[in-house]
Order: sequence, then structure tokens, then C-alpha cells
Amino acid sequence: MITVENLTKRYPNKTAIDGVSFNVKKGEILGFLGPNGAGKTTTMRIITGYMPATEGTVRVDNFDVFEKPLDVRRRIGYLPENPPLYPDMAIAGYLRFVAKIKGVPKSSLDDEVARVMEKVNITDVKDRIIAKLSKGYKQRVGIAQALLNDPPVLILDEPTIGLDPKQIHEVRELIKELAGSHTVVLSTHILPEVEQTCHRVIIIERGKIIAVDTPQNLRFQLKGVERVSMEIAGPAAEVVSRLKAMPGVLEVRVVDETDGRCRFQVEGELKKDIRSDLARAVVESGWGLLELQSETMSLEDIFLKLTTAEDLEKQS
Amino acid sequence: MRNILAIVERELRGYFISPIAYVVLTMFVFLSGLFFRAILSQVMAMEMVNSMRSQQFGGGAPAPLDMPGMISRGFLSTMSVILLFMIPMITMGLFSEEKKRGTIELLLTAPITDAQVVLGKFFAAASFFVILLLSTWVPMSVLYIYGDPASGPILSGYLGLLLYGFALLAIGMFISTLTENQIVAAVLSFGTIMVLWLVDVLANTAESGTREVLTYLSILSHLDDFMRGILATSHIIFYLSLMLVALFLTYRSIDSLRWRG
Ligand SMILES: Nc1ncnc2c1ncn2[C@@H]1O[C@H](COP(=O)(O)OP(=O)(O)OP(=O)(O)O)[C@@H](O)[C@H]1O
Ligand SMILES: [Mg+2]
Repeated sequence: MITVENLTKRYPNKTAIDGVSFNVKKGEILGFLGPNGAGKTTTMRIITGYMPATEGTVRVDNFDVFEKPLDVRRRIGYLPENPPLYPDMAIAGYLRFVAKIKGVPKSSLDDEVARVMEKVNITDVKDRIIAKLSKGYKQRVGIAQALLNDPPVLILDEPTIGLDPKQIHEVRELIKELAGSHTVVLSTHILPEVEQTCHRVIIIERGKIIAVDTPQNLRFQLKGVERVSMEIAGPAAEVVSRLKAMPGVLEVRVVDETDGRCRFQVEGELKKDIRSDLARAVVESGWGLLELQSETMSLEDIFLKLTTAEDLEKQS
Repeated sequence: MRNILAIVERELRGYFISPIAYVVLTMFVFLSGLFFRAILSQVMAMEMVNSMRSQQFGGGAPAPLDMPGMISRGFLSTMSVILLFMIPMITMGLFSEEKKRGTIELLLTAPITDAQVVLGKFFAAASFFVILLLSTWVPMSVLYIYGDPASGPILSGYLGLLLYGFALLAIGMFISTLTENQIVAAVLSFGTIMVLWLVDVLANTAESGTREVLTYLSILSHLDDFMRGILATSHIIFYLSLMLVALFLTYRSIDSLRWRG
């Protein structure tokens, strides 16, 4: 349903996303997970046609965003990062306006507005002025406007931000309900969010995709290993077999080999610091340990940032 | 068309929900009434002097002044200056507020074209401007009640004000795409309009070659003929092309907004 190829967005002083490619199947819920400034909003803005990419293409339902913007926009319901609300309008009046510019026929305007208000539970406040609503209600009006005209694709930028736990639960249920008949891309920096709602997750950091998988696999992968990079002067094959035999070591790979020096990547069990054991083993075998460093594995970095976000959510 | 109408409707509602519409309308009605009175008494004083003079020197009936004509001409010319101050207030929020609220993201991702957005906004501002102009019908009707003005110059004067207003509104709208702050937009628009007004003054001191160019650029100089009841194509084309250029610049500015994000 959505095909993103080699997408790059450069601002004058910053590359926001860099060569991002992915696909979203029809009926799938895809989570876009990444810390602040990762490029989630930028990617979504390009998919919705709000801004053009510097390089790369986006196709929605086989229409190119750049060449056929209106065909693409007709198929997308978009909740921007900041809900695009007119503060001086009443909820119902605002939704009628959005329905009109989305091309909802006059005859079904009232029904359609009533339908989306029912979906996000705002029917009882429909005559309230938007400026006077709480953050959570504003977010719900934002979601309601995305649902208008029942577009097959929904792009939701942080849909649960600002909601209380009960509302978060409701919105997640709503998104799950949409799956199958709708294709949903949502962004978040909260890990449990993707685990509960998404079929597939893309982890993005500093503008690059660093992992794509199901939430279950990712969590396993994230929690499973600790990575160390070593440079050793010694015979590669012997080093590999010696290190592999050590307790706590899961995998040893030769990354690079140049005249007697080798670079290895060692994966160990999580929460078990194997670095001193590795160093001792190398030295005891009489090889030269040139370098040993815990690899700044970006997945783990992000995992750390994400768990902090998760903890924050739990605390509040 | 329906998309454009939806935007026009929302924008007009916006005017009347916020205090801006009422402030502008009240100020305009008050000022136009005030100036109408002033012009009225001025012309009446001139008429008095005129008839006294002709009595003094004898020679039958005095050549009568075209009082209603002088009043309407003076009044409509004054309106053109007052409108100069009102127009930035009508256009200042058109795009700057959309940018500030983030609602521009809604408009630019809805299944409507940028041109429809620009036209919708422009028609809304133009409609409000027409309402302002219509409010001057109150003092003008006094002329019709107590006198017998020639309708030709009045109608062409209104047409001139309309075209002049549309051109300035388009300029103001373009400027409101350049900033998120509507006060900044208002001040910049006012400054720009002032320059377009004052090139006339510069023209008086310039050499003959540049003088023609400067006079041509002056937004007020093209109004004179309309006020006299002359409909010259060149003036109509001047205002229309100014408007079209500003509309096009607005359209381009929205496009570059997308690129800048
Ligand atoms: N208009 C802009 N001009 C310059 N740089 C920008 C602009 N918009 C975004 N950026 C930069 O691009 C990077 C990606 O931003 P983006 O908003 O896509 O991140 P994000 O993943 O949505 O983050 P968050 O979780 O905070 O919403 C950031 O470093 C940001 O500073
Ligand atoms: Mg974001």
C-alpha cells in the first residue's frame, strides 16, 4: 500500500532522514519507533505530501506523492504531530469544515461528522470551543479529523501523546479496530505502544532505519545480546575457537583481517560484562590485544532511550 | 469550487468570531462618517463663498457648483486613504495564523490544491472588503436623499476602490505567508503599501524619465480617473496585474513553504 524508496530529506543545516526505504502492506499497522529528532515526523510529512523529499520516492496505492499529490492525499488521513485545530471553532463546526475540504458529499456530511465523533468519544462535547478543550480532547479531535471520509491509509504522528492511560487504551483499541480494513502508520517513542498495537516496527535513529521486525522479535533481539568489538594480533581461526569456548559468549565473527591483525565482533549474554574475561583470555594465549571496546550498538542505545521513555510513562 | 467555498466560509466566520472584524468595521464606519461630515461642510462653505461672490459682482444667477459631485469625489478619495490602513488588518492573519497554529499542515495535506487555498483566502478577504465598502453606502445615501448626484462617477469611483482594494489585499496576503506573526505581517504590509503610495511624492521631484515610471507605480495615481468617472483600461489593467502578480507570489510562497518545512 505504501512504498518508500531511498527517501532523503536535507535541511540547509541538517539531514533529517537519510536513505530510508520500507513497505507497508495493505491492512498492516506499522509502528515508527525512535527517539526525539530521529526523523519520524519528517518521514510522515513526506508521505502525506506536506513536504517534498530531497531524494527518493513515495508511492501510496501506486500513486507517486510528488506526481499525483491529490490522488495520494485523498487516500490518507493524517494526524500531524501538533493537531491542526482552529482554536476559535466549535468541535462540530471544525469537523464539518475538514469534511468539506476532504470532499465528503453534502448529503452525508452530518452523518460522517457524527460517525467520527462517536469513534473517539467526543459527541457529548461537540459544541465546545476547541480553545477551551484539554490536551487529551484536542488530540481526540485531531484523530477524528484524520478519520473523516474514511481514508484507507492513516498516518498518525504520536497519536496517544497527551492522553491519560484510559484514553491511551481507547485509542490503541481504535487503531487495532482499524487494522485489516485500513493501513496504519503510527509513530511513537514509547516501546509498549508498538508492542500492543503494531504488526511490524521500524526503528529509526538519526535519520536511518536500524531495524525492521515484529515487536516480539525486536524485543528479544534487543534484550538478548551484548556486543564487543576487539582487535587482536593473532591467528584468526584460533582466536575464534578460543573465544567461542568461553562461558557467556554467544557468537564470534571476524569482521576484518589485515596482515596478522584481526577485528572481531563478539556477542555475549546481556547484563554479563565479558570484557575482562575476553581480555584475560587473549593475553593468556599470548596474542596481542590492540583494542577492546563495547560496541556502541545503536539498537541498544535506542533501547536505553526508549526504556527510559517507557519508565517515564509508568511513573506518570 | 466547493473546496474554495469551504475555505471562504471558514475564513469569514473566523473574521467575525475574532474581534478583528468588529474593530475594523467600527473604525471604518466611524472614520468614514467623520470625514463625510467634514467634506460636506467644506463643500457647503465653498458653495456659500461662491454664491456670495457672484451676488457681489452681479451678472445674474451664480454658476452653480456641482456640490454632490464634489462631495462624492472627495469622500471616495478619502476612503482610499483610510482603506490603506484597514487592509493590512484584514490580511495580516490569512497565512501567518495558519502557520502559527499548525493548521497549514491540514490545508496542505488535504485533497485540495494550493491554488484553491490561496483563492479561498483571497475571496474571503475580498468579501470582507466589499462589506467595508458597502458600509459607506450610509453616508452616500444622504447625497441621494438631499441632492441629485451624477451616478456615473460614483459607480466608477467604487469600481476603482474595489480594484485598488483587491490589489492591496493580494499584496497583504502574500506578506502574511512570510511570517508566523500577524503583527509583523500587518506592519510589513502597511510599510509596503506606504511605499507604493509615496512613490507618487518621489515622482514630483524626479527627472522626467523616472517620473513617469514612479507615477505609474503609484497605487493612488491610478484612482483619480475612476473618481472623475473615467474608466480607462490602462488603470484597470494596472490594478488587475498588481493583484495577479501578488496572487502568484502567494502561490509560490506556499510552495516554498513546503520545501522549507
Ligand atoms: N524545518 C526544519 N528545518 C531544519 N531542521 C529541521 C526542520 N524540521 C525538522 N528538522 C530536524 O530534523 C530532524 C528530524 O526531525 P523530526 O521532527 O522528523 O524528528 P522526530 O523523530 O519526529 O522527533 P520527535 O520524537 O521529537 O517528534 C531533527 O533533528 C530536527 O531538528
Ligand atoms: Mg515528531
